[in-house]
Amino acid sequence: MQYLRYQRHVGEDSALAGAIAVAPLAGAIGVLGVIFGCLARARGFGALAAVVMSATTFAGSPQFAAVGILGAGGSVAAAVGAAALLAARLVPMSAVAAPALAGGPWQRCLVAQLVVDESWAVALHEDGRFSRQRLIGAGVLLWVVHVASTALGAVVAAAIRRPERWGVDAAFPALFLMLLWPQLRHPDRARAAVSGALVALALTPFTPQGVPLLVAAAVALLPHEAWSPGRRVQRQPAPLGRGRSDEA
Amino acid sequence: MKREWLVVLLVGTVTALFKAAGPLLLGAREPTPRISLALLRFSPALLGALIATQTFASGRHLTIDARLGGLLVVAIGARRRTPPLTLLVTAVAATAALRALLP
Repeated sequence: MQYLRYQRHVGEDSALAGAIAVAPLAGAIGVLGVIFGCLARARGFGALAAVVMSATTFAGSPQFAAVGILGAGGSVAAAVGAAALLAARLVPMSAVAAPALAGGPWQRCLVAQLVVDESWAVALHEDGRFSRQRLIGAGVLLWVVHVASTALGAVVAAAIRRPERWGVDAAFPALFLMLLWPQLRHPDRARAAVSGALVALALTPFTPQGVPLLVAAAVALLPHEAWSPGRRVQRQPAPLGRGRSDEA
Repeated sequence: MKREWLVVLLVGTVTALFKAAGPLLLGAREPTPRISLALLRFSPALLGALIATQTFASGRHLTIDARLGGLLVVAIGARRRTPPLTLLVTAVAATAALRALLP
């Protein structure tokens, strides 16, 4: 159990800690990558196009949506539009990461490309601090797995029959709940989590995929007073990370 | 240009721009306290939405199925401070087992 031996590193601000924290998911990401590669081939994409898409887009759900829509006879505009909706939550996620990034503009933008749901979540500390090192460790590991598994799936392209039979899909909400758990101690964040879940579920039957997540994330941007009634935002600057005014 | 490559190019460009939006728009500036607090809530709101849709949504339909079992295992394990990998494997196994048992 090498992993358990490394457990003590998990809370650290290092690339290794980020990679270790996200490692349990790498297998599930790999399975998804293989499925994406197979699916893309089945929907008329060349193996090279599938691999290039995984390497450059590096975001699961927009890729699946674009390939699925185009393969089902949809227009280029419909495929790109759906992918953009699914990817739109990356904008505020990138804004959370931005103050932690270092170097020149190009370097910042390059490291920001490593942001996906999973790498972003393990790089964000419970107190709101964002760790660039953890993002790099987790993001690079997931990127390599994502690209390699897409190539494997595209080359093999043998139909993988029903991966969900093995419960692989359950790994994603499981990891997200583990990441959310420590945050539930803060009342306003617990309220935000419940609101986000309810809004997303309420919209799911009525809107295209991607919209429920987008709107659910947007409810967090409601003014502070809506979440902590009777409390005012402190006048003192409380930068993200050191700011504890939400629990003062 | 073939349609597939056009989609690869456009989706890749849009996603890359979205991911770069933070550093492009904010640079290294610290957000104001108001925005900081909103961003602190953003993570739980998005995580809550991801958990809910990946557990209960099947396309555009809402269902209750074996995935809920896996999620309950995680909730119980998290309360007991079970190590993450053990918890993840147990949740996946529980989901697979429920799927095999349920009609």
